[in-house]
Amino acid sequence: MTAIRRAFDVALLLAVLAAIWQGLYMFAGDVAIASPAETVRHVFVLLERPRFWGHIEETLSAFAYALVISWAGGVGIGVWLGAHRLSGEVAEPILVALYSLPKVTLYPLILLVFGLGMPAKVAFGAIHGIIPVTIFTMNAVRNIRPVYVKAARVLRLSPQQTVTGVLLPATLPEVVSGLRVGFSLTLLGVLIGEMFASKRGLGFLIINAIGLNDVETMMAVTLLLFVFAAAANAFLLALDRRLHKRV
Amino acid sequence: MTVFHAELAGVARTYPGVAGHPAVHALGPVDLGLVRGEFFSVVGPSGCGKSTLLEVLAGLSPASTGTIVFEGAPVAGAVPDGIGVVFQEDASFPWLSVWDNVAFGLRRAGIEPGETERRVREAIAFMGLKDFAHAYPAQLSGGMRQRVCIARTLVLRPRLILLDEPFGALDAQTRLLMGDELLRLWRETGATVLLITHALDEAAMLSDRVGAMSARPGRFIDIVETGWPRERDSRIVAQSGFGKITGRLWTSLREESLKALGHAHGAAAG
Repeated sequence: MTAIRRAFDVALLLAVLAAIWQGLYMFAGDVAIASPAETVRHVFVLLERPRFWGHIEETLSAFAYALVISWAGGVGIGVWLGAHRLSGEVAEPILVALYSLPKVTLYPLILLVFGLGMPAKVAFGAIHGIIPVTIFTMNAVRNIRPVYVKAARVLRLSPQQTVTGVLLPATLPEVVSGLRVGFSLTLLGVLIGEMFASKRGLGFLIINAIGLNDVETMMAVTLLLFVFAAAANAFLLALDRRLHKRV
Repeated sequence: MTVFHAELAGVARTYPGVAGHPAVHALGPVDLGLVRGEFFSVVGPSGCGKSTLLEVLAGLSPASTGTIVFEGAPVAGAVPDGIGVVFQEDASFPWLSVWDNVAFGLRRAGIEPGETERRVREAIAFMGLKDFAHAYPAQLSGGMRQRVCIARTLVLRPRLILLDEPFGALDAQTRLLMGDELLRLWRETGATVLLITHALDEAAMLSDRVGAMSARPGRFIDIVETGWPRERDSRIVAQSGFGKITGRLWTSLREESLKALGHAHGAAAG
């Protein structure tokens, strides 16, 4: 019953979004925005073009590398800063300042270091995602309740058993929240990177379509990205909620 | 000469000063011998070092001076085999079900699965958690979560059980009933029990002996023998002797509690 209700709610939300979209289309006209039906049709047109799949592959590769760096780097640095109080206290204000900084201001520097192409996109995606993952992980480690560590000692656990059996599961809910935020921001970073300095990828396709006023392509690529991000986020959010429900 | 199950001799604990704050002399020196199988409670004003005493005895915190001996071996640096601790705070692991919480220590100790299952089933039934074996701690009340922690301690068959205000967060009626369960546990396991509590009535009802501690740094200023039979429950609160015990404890502690309050006011004013 709950699953049916949830499916109904999702369908209703999608219908409302489509109705708003259609309303905007009717208000602004096809010079500014494509209709939902036309956008969906154009998605299939794009998917039939072999060159389009090259752009998808380019974006997905850059995103995968950037995501691995943000998740692994963020968790590693976060654990270190959370466990080492002085380092955490020194790094926290710097991390918060970097988090609020529009990363696009760093893009010229990244281009100078990495040049045009895949490495710059990966670096730009990673700097977007790594900071929230670090901050969430650092707080997760700091917020471990001391009584869990005492309980581990009373249960006579080895250091390895304490880490795998107590510390890791105790921090997991907050870390997964960080990974979820990191996922979205890494994707955003890769796409912005492709929009500003790239000749391939979905971000490039969008900025190119904007330049040519190819509204249908712009809307179709955006819709595809929306579907991908929403599906991945729904999975991570479900995992996040499941873990938080137990805490 | 009495051979004690656990013994503290000249034990003191001073916490070193941190970030400009002076060192804190929290405990002692104290001398205490626990007889095998007895139920001993410690009462005293807030901040007098009761929990420090428990942590030092358990091997969770080092003594600054003095010696601690459990079953003939010195306690230093680690919790010895045979000691179980139940904390005031909820220490159940929220990511594990009640069953897995209780089985946790046994599995990590490499106990054979059949034996683990048998002991967990017994402990869960003993603590009245049978209907909640597959529930998660978040789905249980505070009292039930504390029972999970007691069951997790119990399955390891400790010979000395240390309880740090385990019912502190519960209402008065539930505490009396949990006290009955604790007495049943003590009788059936034959373990030695040391209970830290701030409630004089709880200490007087449960214990064979009650140690009253001074304000910080905590020292024993009186040790009261209750004289209760081993077979007892919460109904003894209605007996005339009960009032005498709590009265004597309060006489010992009143001045110390005022001192502790005075410390608090002094600190606030300073």
